[in-house]
Amino acid sequence: MSSNICTPENLVYKKTSLLTDKVMHYCPGCGHGTIHRALMEVVDEMGLQDKTIGIAPVGCSVLAYDYMNIDMQEAAHGRAPAVATAIKRLMPEKFVFTYQGDGDLAAIGTAETIHCCNRGENILMVFVNNAIYGMTGGQMAPTTLEGMKTATSPYGRDVEKVGWPLRITEMVAQLNGVWSASRHTVHTPAAVMKLKKALKKGIEDSMAGKGTCFVEVCSSCNSGWKMSPVEANKWMAEHVLEYFVPGDIKVDGKMVR
Amino acid sequence: MAKFKGSIVVDKERCKGCGICVSICPNKTLGMSKEVNGKGYNFAVMVAEETCVGCASCGRICPDGVITVYRAKED
Repeated sequence: MSSNICTPENLVYKKTSLLTDKVMHYCPGCGHGTIHRALMEVVDEMGLQDKTIGIAPVGCSVLAYDYMNIDMQEAAHGRAPAVATAIKRLMPEKFVFTYQGDGDLAAIGTAETIHCCNRGENILMVFVNNAIYGMTGGQMAPTTLEGMKTATSPYGRDVEKVGWPLRITEMVAQLNGVWSASRHTVHTPAAVMKLKKALKKGIEDSMAGKGTCFVEVCSSCNSGWKMSPVEANKWMAEHVLEYFVPGDIKVDGKMVR
Repeated sequence: MAKFKGSIVVDKERCKGCGICVSICPNKTLGMSKEVNGKGYNFAVMVAEETCVGCASCGRICPDGVITVYRAKED
């Protein structure tokens, strides 16, 4: 019964051809796969495959160039915005984006991030926030929540000693060069649709030369958080999104929060 | 009865068995298989085929993009 409706004319959803057939190395349930796909679906829908240049970071998504079927460049740890600046200035007709994690963008690359945003480079920055250093084994990141246990904070993050979780999206939103800043998640299908809309707007605005478009995506790291993928998504909705509140922070150059 | 009839095809060998599709399926159509794939993961399967309406929620959330969704109008 079900097999006879599986025909091309009944197709409603299929993985985009802008993702390669290579099996992703991410852990089961990792948000990176969903974010890669959302981004590539938007690029596909806008017909920008041959005009897009992505900058891959260091971190879990270091091999993003293996999965995205577009032109990509690998950058040194945290330096993706600097590389993106050069590429966009040399080829202003291209759509340039950086794809970075929280250890890359909010820790070692804070200087590059802030100055790139301050210069208002016409790029899209995709910031994946999973509140932990995933690739190196779950150490505390700048975005780790207060009291959250990690490999390097076994008694929970002590804000007296190491400070508060960094809300870098709110921080860069204050800069004049930033045209839009928003925070999204990928734990429900509706959230993925919202993220796609934000990415689409970011691509359009950055291509139109309006300034830096900053999209933060809260994602779960079930391996680092020591939870099952489904539990991790639930925990994220209950705890992470309480501190990192999703929604628009800056829209069309005006603060909305 | 559902107005639409849906069906999904799971790429069994690429599925990592995270179970997120099962947790978000609005009609509880999906479940995990009893057998495992080449990597040892239990993969997603339709356990209640008749309830699928082809909403594509599973396809949109799947981190590895292994789900293809089909939908046809029921006569």
